[in-house]
Amino acid sequence: MRFDTPATTNPIDQLRVIGKPHDRIDGPLKTTGNATYAYEQHAAAPNAAYGFILGAGIAKGTIKSIDLDEARRAPGTLEIITYENAGPLGFAPFIPRTAALAGPRVTHYHQAIALVVAETFEQARDAASHIRITYSEEAGRYDLAAQYDTAPIAPDYILGPSEMRINDFDGAFASAPFQLDETYTTPPESHAMMEPQATTAVWEGDQLICWTSTQGIAVALGDLAAVTGIPPENIRVVSPFIGGGFGSKSFNHADISLAAIAARMVGRPVKVAMQRPLVINNTTHRPATIQRIKLGANADGKITAIGHEALFGNVENGWQESAIVPTRHLYAGANRMTLARMATLDLPEGSTMRAPCEAAGMMALEIAMDEMAEKLGMDPVEFRIVNDTQVSPDHPERPFSLRKLNECFRLGADRFGWQDRPSRPRAVQEDGWYIGMGTAAAIRGALAFPSAARVRLASDGIVTVECDMTDIGTGTYTVLAQTAAEMMGVDIDQVAVSLGDSNLPATAGSGGQYGCASSTGAVYAACVKLRELVAETLGFPGGEAIFEGGMVRHGETSLPLAIAAANGELAAEDLMEYGDLFQTFDQQTFGAHFVKVAVNSATAEVRVRSMLMVCAAGRILNPKTARSQVIGGMTMGLGGALMEELVVDKNRGFFVNHDLASYEVPVHADIPHQEVVFLDEVDPYTSPLKAKGVGELGISGVAAAIANAIYNATGVRVRQYPMTLEKYLSELPQI
Amino acid sequence: MRPFSYQRATSAAEALRLASELPGARFIAGGTNLLDLMKLSIERPSHLIDINRIGLDRIEDTPEGGLRIGALVRNTDLASHKRVRKEYAVLTKAVVAGASGQIRNKASTAGNLLQRTRCPYFYNTDQPCNKRNPGSGCSAIGGFSRSLAIIGASDTCIATQPSDMAVALRLLDAIIEIERQDGSGRTIPIADLYKAPGTSPDVETTLAAGELITAVVLPPPSGGKHFYHKVRDRASYAFALVSVAVIVHDNGSGKVALGGVAPKPWRLETADAALPLGAEAATATLLASATPTHENAYKIPLVERTLGSILSQARS
Amino acid sequence: MKPSDIKVSRRTVLIGTAATAAIASVRPSLGATGDEVAAARMPLSLSINRRSYDVEVDPRTTLLDLLRENLKLTGTKKGCDHGQCGACTVIVNGRRINSCLSLALMHQGDECTTIEGLGEPDQLHEVQSAFIKHDAFQCGYCTPGQICSSVAVMDEIKRGVPSHVMADVAAQPGFTETEVRERMSGNICRCGAYSNILDAIMDVGGATS
Repeated sequence: MRFDTPATTNPIDQLRVIGKPHDRIDGPLKTTGNATYAYEQHAAAPNAAYGFILGAGIAKGTIKSIDLDEARRAPGTLEIITYENAGPLGFAPFIPRTAALAGPRVTHYHQAIALVVAETFEQARDAASHIRITYSEEAGRYDLAAQYDTAPIAPDYILGPSEMRINDFDGAFASAPFQLDETYTTPPESHAMMEPQATTAVWEGDQLICWTSTQGIAVALGDLAAVTGIPPENIRVVSPFIGGGFGSKSFNHADISLAAIAARMVGRPVKVAMQRPLVINNTTHRPATIQRIKLGANADGKITAIGHEALFGNVENGWQESAIVPTRHLYAGANRMTLARMATLDLPEGSTMRAPCEAAGMMALEIAMDEMAEKLGMDPVEFRIVNDTQVSPDHPERPFSLRKLNECFRLGADRFGWQDRPSRPRAVQEDGWYIGMGTAAAIRGALAFPSAARVRLASDGIVTVECDMTDIGTGTYTVLAQTAAEMMGVDIDQVAVSLGDSNLPATAGSGGQYGCASSTGAVYAACVKLRELVAETLGFPGGEAIFEGGMVRHGETSLPLAIAAANGELAAEDLMEYGDLFQTFDQQTFGAHFVKVAVNSATAEVRVRSMLMVCAAGRILNPKTARSQVIGGMTMGLGGALMEELVVDKNRGFFVNHDLASYEVPVHADIPHQEVVFLDEVDPYTSPLKAKGVGELGISGVAAAIANAIYNATGVRVRQYPMTLEKYLSELPQI
Repeated sequence: MRPFSYQRATSAAEALRLASELPGARFIAGGTNLLDLMKLSIERPSHLIDINRIGLDRIEDTPEGGLRIGALVRNTDLASHKRVRKEYAVLTKAVVAGASGQIRNKASTAGNLLQRTRCPYFYNTDQPCNKRNPGSGCSAIGGFSRSLAIIGASDTCIATQPSDMAVALRLLDAIIEIERQDGSGRTIPIADLYKAPGTSPDVETTLAAGELITAVVLPPPSGGKHFYHKVRDRASYAFALVSVAVIVHDNGSGKVALGGVAPKPWRLETADAALPLGAEAATATLLASATPTHENAYKIPLVERTLGSILSQARS
Repeated sequence: MKPSDIKVSRRTVLIGTAATAAIASVRPSLGATGDEVAAARMPLSLSINRRSYDVEVDPRTTLLDLLRENLKLTGTKKGCDHGQCGACTVIVNGRRINSCLSLALMHQGDECTTIEGLGEPDQLHEVQSAFIKHDAFQCGYCTPGQICSSVAVMDEIKRGVPSHVMADVAAQPGFTETEVRERMSGNICRCGAYSNILDAIMDVGGATS
């Protein structure tokens, strides 16, 4: 099926199952420990050997020697894989740009040097500690700020041109009666998903099965083939449950390639899970940014000039954390400039993390908006409303498919009690805590990519959905079951879902908050075909049959759906493709954050007291799981506001705090009551379900809302994330 | 982990005897720090003596009116003890400010005292660290030092002692009871348990090889209002940036100890004397010899402000 | 098994052998992890989910790896292996601990309850049901630890174990949101389900207290 005209009325609009807050259908498995993740495939690989990755001890240089003698003699050692015996390894086409196995060059700290395979985990880990490596270490580039003056304009990238100038930005900014010119920094962040990267690799003849923890089956398979040279048709990738990804599992890491190679070398299954202290430097992270924002406005609050420059760093040709992206879509203003510059760094490779570009960009832009509102003497909500636009601001000929950002702000302000916000900073103090409120907008692209699915109808009336889509915690199992139930006119209890297997029809996978629209679109297309098949089998002509309550009705005739499969299962498969509606319309999700914080007047400790987000994200297929996605983003964004920072050791070029004790993410005690409101809207330009995604919208802007609330509470403006207490402690009044 | 042999001791005497027979042996109680470090090859004992079944797991009243806390009393049980909660509240407050419920259920009193630093370079065997690998250098000096010591450190090591419990015990003038292999014992004030890093930061305590802490003794309760304020980046389950333990009496006299600033719980009796003069005076005395790095200089005003906040709460 | 045997549905658990195998073995064979090369293994007897186990283990084996690797009870998760995340939380002799920071051999004679011992898909523990009702999980990887901790936290409050957020640590703790948040803080959920987890616990605790 091809989606190239706006959706009209279709069976989804009945909303008998879609739109309802169904419990997750994988809940009983996940809450009882019966959901088995990549490293837990005892049934598929009962005799798996254990692989343990040794990471490089330097950031940049060359391996001079590897002495494996002692490690090979260690009890239980089966094999040790290094660049000297792994065979040639290639590169994935996109990410990562760094080699899965170092040697002789080492390009970042904790790059895999060796995989030790042994009978037990303890033996593998101990043997790894007996490997002796000598290096020739080289100086590297580890400091982003040091390249602030010299970094070139970033190469053009998938995100659009690196530099855009519309009308006369410089002139408009210079002549604006109100000006803001400030610089903001965001640190490197870690995904810190709870399940580390892990793979169990099993060879059956020349066929390889990898149980791995990936967000995208097709990417995992293709990239594994590209790196190892194993023909893709000989590989099967399976990932039914994934312990969190947030972008870290959008692309392969060393575990899958090395497990596959090792399993072939030792002639038995091998499983590899990255030890936690390796994950942060071995895999990828959200790169740091330095952003300069210039705003010019008139006294009426209308922005006349908006400029956003972002510097980020990465390995050569690496992912671009182009924080300017949201500015190209968010606010009006006739004179515009966006510029992305890229430094080359010898740190571990940066990659996508939840709302790449938007999250970092909004951390800066939405503080700038707060600062400008204050200069103008305007309410920050009003300032944003005044600068709304219904056309893409960089491309006025391109309207938004649907943009209800102002409605989000108005509804949110009302529900949150925004009118009680102290109009002056540091105006409210309760029991030794300064109290403040902050707001920020949220924006994140709403994309859908070609995806396929198969739907089967069995003689017992059970409908089974099959595709290689992943459920990384997003609720995919559940919304796909809802989609099929709605389309086939059955209760959700009549639907089973199989996901995460490359033997199943290929989808775009999970990421960029496109998974929901893409995979439900695929199931929709397959169900349309299955409905036709059912109608044909039952002798109902023409597409007029009604599917409802487990029955199929045509005119006066009504037959049980299951009858259609009485003489054999019916199955239909289809690929949903997309036309140019994405080009014609700027498709985005929007939201407004409202936050109340308390800042200890003595110690500057921050406690977020309440959070509200109002979202405009198209049709919400399951308000329960969608809410979870949004609060998840809000929680991660709170971490980004207050505590998360991978600290670069600029002497030796690595992230110092590479475990979950020293890279702090929010805990229960940090998170207050969180409220999420979804505007009741449908966007017919996105997909037949008129839905978008919400997996990344929640993190967009929330950190700035917290930062703005801290300013409102304390009167201290901090422009360097995270807002740790030492950054404003000295500016608080003496007690 | 390096392979090790393992034995369960059934008494302190047996544990000590085993230790004397097995060079390279370590006692293991809760294991929450030792196993963490063994997995990283930072600790590499060849033998473990499991002392979880040797008793020493009770809290008893002393004839003097204080408490004797067995070395194997779990942190949760220590914090939950009726008299500790009432009469030594700063101790309960400090213990429950540390780690997580799961870890406190397992961690022992003596093990908590002997836990090692959380300096990120100590935890990274690829990096120079004088504490882990004497003579290799200190990566923290000139590196990431935001959470590290501002006082009592040396130019070979700026690691902090991370225990919250130890700060309260230092404030309470606890006495450490130690048993030796020959059956004799000795006691030392907790102030004498931790050794300044000097030129040998690998030696952290004054315990001799084969000695076993058997109990921690609290003197009779001193009364007063008890405070333990731990400042950290997240609201729970994190190590201190600084922590301030205070006992203050109605007449303004009292005592103060700090965590998160030094290689040991930091207390100066001269600063106690300055406490009635206020937070500024007491902090000035306490931290007079501080030599912070650029990254951790904030700890000085943070201590003063936290102490000020405690003293104003005490007055109200 | 064929991977595509895993089907997830609400009506029933249409699942192949992977999950059932994980909960079936009472006297596991240790051959899978290679006793032929094992160094000095040591005997260990303990009870897990009300079943007795007599096994031999490498002394280095943590309680977590005993569960996950030797006994194939993979419901207990390894998130960090260093006591920094809580995914491995189990209940031993009535108390929750991080099973990653405990040697299996330290648990001779102990009674251990894991997520598999609390309930099964067709016979859920009330906390498991509440987690589903309140959508108190997303990826599910921290979930077994969160649930074991939840069960233990309710008991700890009942037993009067003090916490950091009590104004008066000599008092009896209340079953409040603030208490539960603090006490659950040793269980990290990176998906950010915290406020739903809180709702689930308050729902169960409110009903039982």
